[in-house]
Amino acid sequence: MLKTHPTPARGPVGESVARLDGQEKVTGAAQFADDIQFGPGLLHARILRSPHAHALIKRIDASRALALPGVRAVVTGEQTPGYIGLYLQDRHIFCRDRVRYIGDPVAGVAAVDEQTAEKALDLIEVEYEPLPAVFDPVAGTRPDAPLLHPDLGQYEAVNFIFPKPNTNISNHFKIRRGDVAGAWAQCAAVVEREYRVPHIQHVPIEPHVAVAKWDEKGKITLWASSQSPFAQRNLIAKALHISQSQIQVVAPYVGGGFGAKAGVSMEALAVVIAGAVKGRPVKLRLTREEEFFTTFVRQGLVARFKLGCDTEGRLLALENTYYWDAGAYTEYGVNMTRAGGYSGTGPYDVPNVSVDSICVYTNHPVGGPMRGFGMPELHAGLEQAMDDLARSIQLDPVEFRRRNCIRGGDTVATGMTMHPTGLPDCIEQAAAAINWGHKAPPSAPTKRRGKGFAIMWKAPAMPPNAGSSARVQFNEDATVTVSVGGQEIGQGTFTVMAQMAAAALGVPYEWVKVAGPVDTDYSPYEWQTVASRLTWSMGNAVKAAALDARRQVLEMVAQAWKENPDDLDIVNGQVISYKTEEARSLKDIVIYGLPNPDGDGWIGGPVLGRGSFMPTYVTGLDAETGQGPRAVVHYTTGAQAVEVEVDLETGKVEVLRGVAAFDVGKAINPEMVKAQMEGGLVQGISTAFFEGLKLKDGRVQNPSFVDYRIATAADAPPQVEAIIVEVAQDDGPWGARGIGEHSMVPTLPAIANAIYDAVGIRMDAPPFSAEKVFMAMRQAGVVQ
Amino acid sequence: MSLHHITLTINGAVERATVPANLTLLQLLRETLALTGTKNGCAAGECGACTVLLALPGAERGEPVNSCMVLAVECDGAAVVTVEGLAHDHQLDPVQQALLEAGGVQCGFCTPGVLISARALLDRNPRPSEAEIREALVGNLCRCTGYLRIIAGIQAAAQLGAPAGPAA
Ligand code: FES
Ligand code: FES
Repeated sequence: MLKTHPTPARGPVGESVARLDGQEKVTGAAQFADDIQFGPGLLHARILRSPHAHALIKRIDASRALALPGVRAVVTGEQTPGYIGLYLQDRHIFCRDRVRYIGDPVAGVAAVDEQTAEKALDLIEVEYEPLPAVFDPVAGTRPDAPLLHPDLGQYEAVNFIFPKPNTNISNHFKIRRGDVAGAWAQCAAVVEREYRVPHIQHVPIEPHVAVAKWDEKGKITLWASSQSPFAQRNLIAKALHISQSQIQVVAPYVGGGFGAKAGVSMEALAVVIAGAVKGRPVKLRLTREEEFFTTFVRQGLVARFKLGCDTEGRLLALENTYYWDAGAYTEYGVNMTRAGGYSGTGPYDVPNVSVDSICVYTNHPVGGPMRGFGMPELHAGLEQAMDDLARSIQLDPVEFRRRNCIRGGDTVATGMTMHPTGLPDCIEQAAAAINWGHKAPPSAPTKRRGKGFAIMWKAPAMPPNAGSSARVQFNEDATVTVSVGGQEIGQGTFTVMAQMAAAALGVPYEWVKVAGPVDTDYSPYEWQTVASRLTWSMGNAVKAAALDARRQVLEMVAQAWKENPDDLDIVNGQVISYKTEEARSLKDIVIYGLPNPDGDGWIGGPVLGRGSFMPTYVTGLDAETGQGPRAVVHYTTGAQAVEVEVDLETGKVEVLRGVAAFDVGKAINPEMVKAQMEGGLVQGISTAFFEGLKLKDGRVQNPSFVDYRIATAADAPPQVEAIIVEVAQDDGPWGARGIGEHSMVPTLPAIANAIYDAVGIRMDAPPFSAEKVFMAMRQAGVVQ
Repeated sequence: MSLHHITLTINGAVERATVPANLTLLQLLRETLALTGTKNGCAAGECGACTVLLALPGAERGEPVNSCMVLAVECDGAAVVTVEGLAHDHQLDPVQQALLEAGGVQCGFCTPGVLISARALLDRNPRPSEAEIREALVGNLCRCTGYLRIIAGIQAAAQLGAPAGPAA
């Protein structure tokens, strides 16, 4: 295992410095993909989409569309024989013989403007033969279910995914540990529950946009709002059977991603359309309506829990089954179900475990990565069931979690030894901050108050060898340019990278900038901006690159001053000698070197540091038992508590207070860490009360902000307290690990538990609209 | 499509444009004039990313509007302020400065619209309550921040007082 000893924090690490990208974002100068100017040569694309949830394509005739003045090209699946996908190559860029969801791309048009392209779509004739469809994941696993992917057995997949040919199951992850069947008899209490989590959408405020251009030599440039420029280059190249170096992806600031802009979704469509009009840039911009169902959505979940504990409240057994409603293609979703499997116990120490996490094809929109990567979905029900179990033996829910939460040194259900974790401390701090155990009187006699608690864990889910790299170079004035391939999507990674580079080098934070936009031709490789992995993984690469540059400077100066590099340091942009007390500004030396101390000539030269990082210790897991020495790189853990007030007359639930405590290893920028915790908590509130794609026969009924509501400024709670816990990550830069996604994971179940505490009702699925809460209260006899 | 000649003031500068009748103010700003600070998040009047201050002829003060829902032809003779027009002489508007300091910016895509709504609020109500701030922001969706730091930023801006530069 790689161990880097945490370097003592110097300079800006641990300080809440100002955002690197702040000034340009408040002045309107920050450039997003749709802001790039392409001039009058730009063509506009629109996509013809399947109106059927499942059908065969019998015939496509585009001749009338092509004849429309202003139309420059029409492409169909004929141009895209190759398969594409991140973990499982199960889709064509444009459908060929079959459509599998309402919205599946069937043809693309390039025209002089959007209206003309839109008009041309109506002129394309497609003949379909509708097929029976699958709209429920449990039904989809039955032997008589219509088969969505008859070729599943032939698809290429990574070696940790296990598709079952001739079924709709594209992955089945299992944990078998201890003796579950035998353990139930020892349990003093057992609860069995089923919960459903609806599909939701990421709703970045910036819609997807991609501009593609092919030059005459076959070089492709793609400008996109993208979390994954390198993965997009890789996957599109493979699908088109060309070399990765033939594609250049340029990715400016992303106006919110949350996973929607990871992997490849609509970007490949723009590339293929542009291939038909070489030399012309083609822009494809999704409408807000398309955002809701034609790009990734968060998959639905049907979860069954069976949990048992002894009289002391110690967990003895857990048997959970997760049916993921993964949609028409599961190229990315298969790994979410794997993550849902290996983390399927939640952050608990349980000796006897059975988990089945089953990825099921349905004729629903395509499930993809979303903030939390399966964890919000499974914790939603799990943390409610845990509360029920605690209450069934009259044990306080927080005390129950104290007794059972995973601790450093425990063996997790996959057989891996848990690293040191601050989860117990997060529980204590969150409970104290919410004043757990004390109930304040409601603000009106028609209202009831309650408090709820939930804990979580999440590991970065990624291939075992996902890598990062970085470059740190000096400019003439000794300012520093850091180049990375990870993306600034709002989480603040550029700021954090600049802080790390400044601290490792010994220069002021203000001297460091991060080169943008990310450009696969110029930026060093980064796997993807996902999994809350950048602070840790890319941070390690940046730190290594900065230390490499620092070493070069010190060796050069040592030679010039005839000293030992160990006696030298860089402090505040100056090289100093602890021995001779000599000092010299970096400005004079980092580009032009220094005069040779032994005669004519010069030594040194432009200083350029390089660094890379890749975890090397993650192991495979047994296909039947899920057992292996190390399933993941690490887990970030945390706890949340909320106080709510339920209106008995309307069913409206108000969150009065939220508390979040997470173990981030080391907060590189504490205020930005807290901002992640707050933003995640409010996103969690939004999913608890408002969000859900209403699917009827495969059609999304509410694809607009009017019908799919997200939290507004009026819905944010009056008070949120964010608490940072720091138990260092052994291989994290300064001990840091990620926090971006985790902050929304426990919110929904904490709210559900608070509603139960207030009025004694449980609902089997969010969103907990006022109407649903009111009906549930009426059913339970809480109100008339 | 009929074409119309319009003249309007944008961030203090007079602009002339020939626009088709169906062109929105947002399209005029972003596509015709390449003033891309104003964002397009839905083109349907539902997200607030495109908010600008619009003062129709004769109006004393600009009102925040969703520029995706206003036709460019309607803006003949009007004065428009976009996010690019908030700072004066390299001096950030207090609301820009305060939003930055409060940490109310993450991805930044909602930020231009949020800033305009905040400026409009402070222009008509220099000492807003927290409830009034929330109310003024209800049309500006933000998916990143959870709003709390945006609200705190606007409260801080109110303390800082009026901006330095000329009002539109
Ligand atoms: S772009 Fe969403 S309101 Fe105008
Ligand atoms: S900062 Fe990203 S939408 Fe508000």
